[in-house]
Amino acid sequence: MSIFKSAINTASEEFRNNAETMKRLNQDLEDKVGQIRLGGPEKARLKHEGRGKLLPRERIRQLLDVGSPFLEFSQFAAYGMYDGAAPAAGIITGIGRVMGQECMIVVNDATVKGGTYFPLTVKKHLRAQEIAAENRLPCIYLVDSGGVNLPEQDQVFPDRDHFGRIFYNQARLSSQRIPQISVVMGSCTAGGAYLPAMADESIIVKGNGTIFLAGPPLVKAATGEVVSAEDLGGAEVHCRTSGVTDHYAENDSHALATTRRIVANLNINKPASLIVKPPREPLYDPAELAGVIPADIRKSYDVREVIARLVDGSEFDEFKKLFGTTLVCGFARIHGYPVGIVANNGILFSESALKGAHFIELCCQRGIPLVFLQNITGFMVGSKYESGGIAKDGAKMVTAVACAAVPKFTVIIGGSHGAGNYGMCGRAYSPRQLWVWPNARISVMGGEQAASVLAQLKRDGIESRGEVWSEADEIAFKDPIRQQYETQGHPYYASARLWDDGIIQPADTRMVLGLGISAALNAPAEKTNFGIFRM
Amino acid sequence: MFDKILIANRGEIACRVIRTARQLGITTVAVFSEADAQSLHVSLADEAILVGAAPALESYLVAERILQAALKCGADAIHPGYGFLSENARFAADCAAAGIVFIGPPVAAIEAMGSKSAAKQIMSAAGVPLVPGYHEEDQSPQRLKLAADSVGYPLLIKASAGGGGKGMRVVCSPDEFEAALQGAKRESASAFGDDRMLLEKYLQQPRHVEIQVFADTHGNCVHLFERDCSIQRRHQKVVEEAPAPGLSEELRSSMGAAAIAAARTIGYVGAGTVEFLLDTDGSFYFMEMNTRLQVEHPVTEMITGQDLVEWQLRVAAGEPLPCRQEELAISGHAIEVRVYAEDPVKDFLPSTGTLRHLRQPQENAHVRVDTGVRQGDEVSMHYDPMIAKLIVWDHDRTRTVRRLQQALADFQVIGVTANISFLAAVAASPAFAAAELDTGFIERHRADLFPETEAASDRILALACLDVLLSRSREAAEAARASSDPFAPWHGTDGWRLNSDNFHRLDFFDNGEPVQVTVHFRRNGYLMELPGGSLQVGGSIDADGYLCADLGGNRCRATVVRHGQDLTILCDGHSHLLTIDDPSLFETEQEEAGGRLTAPMPSTIVAVMVAAGDSVERGAPLMILEAMKMEHTIMAPTAGIVAKLHFAVGDMVSEGEELLSFEVEEDV
Repeated sequence: MSIFKSAINTASEEFRNNAETMKRLNQDLEDKVGQIRLGGPEKARLKHEGRGKLLPRERIRQLLDVGSPFLEFSQFAAYGMYDGAAPAAGIITGIGRVMGQECMIVVNDATVKGGTYFPLTVKKHLRAQEIAAENRLPCIYLVDSGGVNLPEQDQVFPDRDHFGRIFYNQARLSSQRIPQISVVMGSCTAGGAYLPAMADESIIVKGNGTIFLAGPPLVKAATGEVVSAEDLGGAEVHCRTSGVTDHYAENDSHALATTRRIVANLNINKPASLIVKPPREPLYDPAELAGVIPADIRKSYDVREVIARLVDGSEFDEFKKLFGTTLVCGFARIHGYPVGIVANNGILFSESALKGAHFIELCCQRGIPLVFLQNITGFMVGSKYESGGIAKDGAKMVTAVACAAVPKFTVIIGGSHGAGNYGMCGRAYSPRQLWVWPNARISVMGGEQAASVLAQLKRDGIESRGEVWSEADEIAFKDPIRQQYETQGHPYYASARLWDDGIIQPADTRMVLGLGISAALNAPAEKTNFGIFRM
Repeated sequence: MFDKILIANRGEIACRVIRTARQLGITTVAVFSEADAQSLHVSLADEAILVGAAPALESYLVAERILQAALKCGADAIHPGYGFLSENARFAADCAAAGIVFIGPPVAAIEAMGSKSAAKQIMSAAGVPLVPGYHEEDQSPQRLKLAADSVGYPLLIKASAGGGGKGMRVVCSPDEFEAALQGAKRESASAFGDDRMLLEKYLQQPRHVEIQVFADTHGNCVHLFERDCSIQRRHQKVVEEAPAPGLSEELRSSMGAAAIAAARTIGYVGAGTVEFLLDTDGSFYFMEMNTRLQVEHPVTEMITGQDLVEWQLRVAAGEPLPCRQEELAISGHAIEVRVYAEDPVKDFLPSTGTLRHLRQPQENAHVRVDTGVRQGDEVSMHYDPMIAKLIVWDHDRTRTVRRLQQALADFQVIGVTANISFLAAVAASPAFAAAELDTGFIERHRADLFPETEAASDRILALACLDVLLSRSREAAEAARASSDPFAPWHGTDGWRLNSDNFHRLDFFDNGEPVQVTVHFRRNGYLMELPGGSLQVGGSIDADGYLCADLGGNRCRATVVRHGQDLTILCDGHSHLLTIDDPSLFETEQEEAGGRLTAPMPSTIVAVMVAAGDSVERGAPLMILEAMKMEHTIMAPTAGIVAKLHFAVGDMVSEGEELLSFEVEEDV
């Protein structure tokens, strides 16, 4: 394989400036995650622990194999939303190892508004189930939730991708022989009662775990019956009488140990269909990525410098190196897994789109996972390109990306704008996972362009009425637009809305992709059928 | 020389004899009991013959069967080892009658030394000094009391037929005599079938110094110098050394001469040991003569460079002694300690069990280990609980003691309680370094030798955590190799997390007390939050299974052995037990909720075992019901009290009806 030679001077001032900028972004990211990880307010956490309950992250720790990695999704869910009341949207999801098996773990955080479901809580839960379905990962639900967040009910209850979809998914996943395990560690009220009831196997914790369709207040209102929560739906009732739960646990730790035992008995085989090689670190330290990425997002650079710091031995075999050079395609290995890399190295032209479509076909034919490194302002515009058919060439690439059935992974390493987002496997193209670097920006077009386009339209309108629009007015018009794009294009804004699976530091990309590819190997390889390529 | 010998023993001494016999080209035959079928001595011997059930009385002590075995396999001679039949004159005679050489002294010599009082009379006549005492036949309590008063107090009452401390009493004043005599007689009668007693002056701080003698059938007799066996517990030797520290050349030769005189008096042949008590003033008194190879013979071998088993075989085969007295010399210093399965803290009570982990120090020119067991063997109640003898040698005593300390630190036994820490404490004590030896050593230094049970130190906890984490990594690596996705980063055990660091909590019980250590995963190891503060810990498990740890910059080597949830940490010659808290071991899913005992199906009561007010144990039967021609017993779910019976025999009950009220113990 050919080893990439870096042209970067790590001692240069530019490198140091870039690294300084990225370091600030990374630090801000870690600080915010540190805040989010705490969960709900201190009072709620103390109350939670006072009941002999473990905090959600401690539950995960005890559930996982000692020292297992945990690939957490959507840490920023609901960030800056609901008046900041729902850190991580009150639910923790991620892949971790239990008894040597990669599992999707979904954990309610009862310290966040009683673990109730906000719209984004539902979205995050459903996304976790989607990942579990695509990768065939057993699901473990650590349930501690009051159900639907009542003030938000219109955004949570009725629609297709709302609360009900959770149980629909449980049934469908189970039907596909993807194990569904529920651990009742707190309340499972109303709709929440279906989480354990729909599970293949369920555990309940004595004293704290309760399951009922209607809690004691509602029962009293409806029938006048006065009954305690424990007598209505506690561990005794459900393990001895109702049979809603299968295992009785003395406390959280015991319940988690029992869960591990259940997973040990699942009898799951990982088909792992790739030819792997022992992993090697890149020749160039991934930590150098911080200095490689320009502090100014509009500045161009050779994306191969990024690839060299992500792949095994910095070895990268390029495809059609001399053709359509604004898209870099080639084969490499990440953590020993073969991957086809598709990376932007400038604006997309017809040739680059055709090259991309061809390369994606190759990977699908050979069953090689695809990794998209997105840094794209869009397809080339202008009469020459329109008449050259850039729309149909772009469509070919989009068709190839949409139909590719090999596992796809997307990392937004810079700008993600326009149809470039689509051609490079944006969220709508269902990559198995989509990650964002802290320096990235995601919007239909850049803030500057959007302001210019809108200002142009406005000027046209004003001038067609024969009026005059002053420079100062135009600046005043464009500023808030730029501001809006800056805010909405920020990774925190994007991640809060689950347009991605999380924000990662560039140096962690290798690990995150390695974990993702490995998790994908739990599902058998699928054959790709492409749609019609417009010729 | 013999072609084939049978070794009428087991354990380390059988292995020891096999080793020399093999060097001399002699075929060896082991005997074994049913309990010893998988023993080391059986696998080392060329042939092995089953001689009976596990109890020694039904196997190793059945002279007839041993002899039959020897005849059957065509052995020329029998080596009896020590203990068992080694000093049984009758067996020696039977061997001779059957035409098989008994590798030991003549029958007459065994008989002469078999009774302690008779032995003393013989020695007295031969001019060998005796402890003032009474060794007459008249055993009337009046006569004994009279004799006791004339010898003076403190005084020792000993069984004539005894050994190993059985039937022995120290009497400090005349009024204690009567009771002590009765006790000693009882013990002796049950142990030896003989309650004859002898009396001796009790020396206040005597040393136990014995002389190894050897005689052949050609009239030669030499001594191989002395051994100091003063450090004893329960009148049994535990540390032996040669030469005896501080013994003048003069005293050595006069004791040697006395021992040779003793041997010659009884026409001795073969290996024998003449035991003396050495008083503080340099006078020595004959105690007894052991007509066999002693357990502690290796220290003599180490300082003389001779193989005493080879000497035994040559002498028994009729050859002359390999050396003359002037050819023998002392070189350096040797110490032997006996590693026993016993609990020093519980008055050296023997301990039994499986040797789940056994690691002995590496043997070399300075270190020798005589053992008869392997890892996985059972230490049973049927035989002596000795695990091994550790023998160290160096040019002088100071260096030998240091070698002993190092070797003991490398001696690891898990599965039975062993006396290793105790031996290490002896080896480390200033009194031992100063060779302040006498038979009261252990009693006098009790405070230093039996430390209080201490809570696990940070060092121990860190080692335990490190071992748990490294073992986990090793298991994960093994699982990775066996996996269909062998290089997956999921096999990692460094607790990787996205955008934050990670830690794990390890919970142990230390002597029943919960201890928690928080372990932060770091790039090159772990940062541990221990009771005494934070510590950066790293390390690895080497190819030999040692845990090589770096504890905050201090490197050390330890062994941690896990069995179930038990974690034994062996470090610096000490052992500490921690138990891992495993929540999966919760006792759960109780049959019945406390307080309510109901009929499982419609049935008739056919028996009631309890009355109201009865207090019962968990699992006690309370009632028997009959339904569908099957009887069903209602049992107490926990310990508690029967508050009220709701039905009597003959009553019909329907499903779910409460049969009786029960108060669980904690509510009472």
